[in-house]
Amino acid sequence: MIASKLKIGLVAAFLIVFGLGLTLYKAGRLGLPLLPGESREVWTIESKISFKPSSGPVEVDLKMPQALGGWVLLDEHFASSGFGFSVDDEAGRREARWTRQDLERPTTLYYKIQSYRANVDSLPDYPVQLDSKPRMQADQLTAMERLVELLREKSTGPETLARLLIQDLNRSEPDADTAFLIDSYAGSLQELMLHVMTFAEIPAHLVRGIRLEDGRRRQTLSAMLEIYDGDRWVLLDPVSGEVGLPDDFFVWQRGPGTVLRVMGARDSRLEFALVSNNVPAKTVVSMEQQSEQFALLDFSIYALPVEQQGIFKGLLLIPVATFMVVLLRLIIGVKTSGTFMPVLIALAFLQTTLWVGLAIFLVIVGVGLWIRSWLSHLNLLLVARVSAVIIVVILLMATMAIIAYKLGLDQALTVTFFPIIILAWTVERMSILWEEEGGHEVLIQGGGSLLVAVLAYLVMSIPLVAHLTFNFPELLFSLLGVVLLLGKYTGYRLSELYRFREMVKPQ
Amino acid sequence: MIRLVSPRTLRKLGILGMNRRNVGFIGRCNVRRNYRLVDDKLLTKHAALDRGVPTPELYGVVEYQFEINDIVEELAQRESFVIKPVQGSGGKGILVITGRDGDHFVKSSGAVIDADALRRHTSNILAGLYSLGGRNDQAMIEALLDFDPVMAPYSHEGVPDIRVIVYRGVPVMAMIRCATHASDGKANLHQGAVGVGIDIGSGCPVAAVQQGRLVTHHPDTGARFTELKIPRWQEILELAAGCAEMCGLGYLGADIVLDRKRGPMLLELNARPGLSIQVANQEGLIGRLHRADEIADRCDTDAERIAAAREAFSVENMVPLAEQAAALS
Repeated sequence: MIASKLKIGLVAAFLIVFGLGLTLYKAGRLGLPLLPGESREVWTIESKISFKPSSGPVEVDLKMPQALGGWVLLDEHFASSGFGFSVDDEAGRREARWTRQDLERPTTLYYKIQSYRANVDSLPDYPVQLDSKPRMQADQLTAMERLVELLREKSTGPETLARLLIQDLNRSEPDADTAFLIDSYAGSLQELMLHVMTFAEIPAHLVRGIRLEDGRRRQTLSAMLEIYDGDRWVLLDPVSGEVGLPDDFFVWQRGPGTVLRVMGARDSRLEFALVSNNVPAKTVVSMEQQSEQFALLDFSIYALPVEQQGIFKGLLLIPVATFMVVLLRLIIGVKTSGTFMPVLIALAFLQTTLWVGLAIFLVIVGVGLWIRSWLSHLNLLLVARVSAVIIVVILLMATMAIIAYKLGLDQALTVTFFPIIILAWTVERMSILWEEEGGHEVLIQGGGSLLVAVLAYLVMSIPLVAHLTFNFPELLFSLLGVVLLLGKYTGYRLSELYRFREMVKPQ
Repeated sequence: MIRLVSPRTLRKLGILGMNRRNVGFIGRCNVRRNYRLVDDKLLTKHAALDRGVPTPELYGVVEYQFEINDIVEELAQRESFVIKPVQGSGGKGILVITGRDGDHFVKSSGAVIDADALRRHTSNILAGLYSLGGRNDQAMIEALLDFDPVMAPYSHEGVPDIRVIVYRGVPVMAMIRCATHASDGKANLHQGAVGVGIDIGSGCPVAAVQQGRLVTHHPDTGARFTELKIPRWQEILELAAGCAEMCGLGYLGADIVLDRKRGPMLLELNARPGLSIQVANQEGLIGRLHRADEIADRCDTDAERIAAAREAFSVENMVPLAEQAAALS
């Protein structure tokens, strides 16, 4: 008994000290701040170039991003298994080239960069040059001339003309000429815009880049229209017509030219996976300066591929939630239905936000219980009954989502984040509890579970906790040590101080 | 503001808490692999039969759904019986049939159910509805005990059973759990059954509690608890102490029922006996467990241990915990 206590104490102490020590080392020597503080939003952009083999040698050329507008590249990484690889510099523009003699199966090449916006700059100067007018068929030409004439009449200058054009093109029912032109350009609005601009003798080109969205997996390149206003370049959103470089637009290529060129293969696609991390400002600086000296940072979560980083962001929070369950059950003595069910509910709350999540949970479990009470009259075998409850829960979720969407309550759409099987088992357990022990016990255990879930959610959503678990995963060692110690806690639970209260009360 | 007891008071009174029970006694004394013997009531029964420990007669076991119809037909011949899940916990899923009403069955509560309900209940047991972890289970059918008339006035719609906590072969504390109308015929203290602490020395009641309050009469039958004297007390203690060796658990609760003809019988064993017994006895367990350690260290046979326990744990005059606590402060 003593020996085992000592052993656990030693192991726990070692784990706690190890975790804290590593954390302090990282904080002290490597300059990772312990508090969230001032941070930079660092985007990890993973480009995936996929293609299928045809015949002959394969050559893939990818223009590397220009990252204009104050963006700074921190790190880049190429994955090119089995391919010859080189980076060429052509007139200040870098280009990655993968080559291979023959190709047998569909292949994906990766190019990953980390970047953040150091300054909010506007785009730099660009040579003004008017393209020659495109060749057109007679009817296209007439329509184009009439359209440009009309736009000129209504506008005061190149910028307003361009905005009017964007409005016209994006209208749901454009006038006859516009509709004809859109039709004859086979829906390629960007090309049409460029041609109209050239016709109106306004220098213009496209700016291609990525719309940054955290957690997006298959983002593609989008384009903005840039025109010369007589004295400066103006950037326009080709859909909304808004002026200026949006904050979430990462410029890949300004001006004409293709971004990706694939020879000797077919069905090539360029897609991007995006993740943003709030990285402390100081870390960003040191990453810029000494990224290769950062052995320990190399072994941190940041070294993982983007998609896994996103997953670990969530996973690393789970230990904190389980720790809350341990605390609440062993020290406080809260009764829950299912040991770690509250953790899963809390994870769902992270996606849905608290109040919406609570409402969804209560509605689903409430209605589920009501339907389950009807099922219990049918004398079904258990597995069939639980399956029936699962189906009912899914139907409920779908109904809720549809009704909420029709009512314009978009938040309720997050209903899909609730773990269905867990909800179904909760309904089943609660219903049995109701039949066996009465509604009182259902309230105690259901309330206990929700309380634990809510507390776990609140702890998980503290920015400091998210910051610490993600940047200092070694703190989990310390947490493990504390959990081991709690596993040997033999003191009273808070609930027992209440439970035995009657015993010592003078009667 | 909710008034709480200070942990200091509880510690001085020697009240055993859940964490300490789990880590200090169950975790330390009960070997995992021996749990099977108590969690599986069929194994318990076989072990008891091997050692000649009396248990209620086993009518049959249902293992598969297709056997249910046959067994229900067979049960139609019987006047009374009990169906229970082999791996049930906390008294869940136990159906007691005390008599017949034509083709129908009369439950202990007096409610009448038909054969269909019997099939449904058995099917639920097999599906694992009442079992630990919800795994598939078997249903066992046992004879209904003809419990001793001495006990009859103290139970309403249920069988009063005697729970004895045995620590390292030493009977440490005992109580009777009497079902009441409030507890719906279940012998579960949480649900309002009356717990009557029994003096290990004499087999006489120490105190009776319902929902944490001291009571003197059974709320439904009106019987006075002080008049209760449990017959064949020595035999009960011998049976309980014998179970420790039988199942190899150092800390266990033995549930025993007194049959009119056959005397004390083992109903089931529990590897995680509850803490409410302390309330019923108006005494904490920790002090007794420490003294039981001494007894276990110096005695070699069950007889010696029981004799030592009867001497050590005899309460002449019970002092209510409230007064003990008041004296502390």
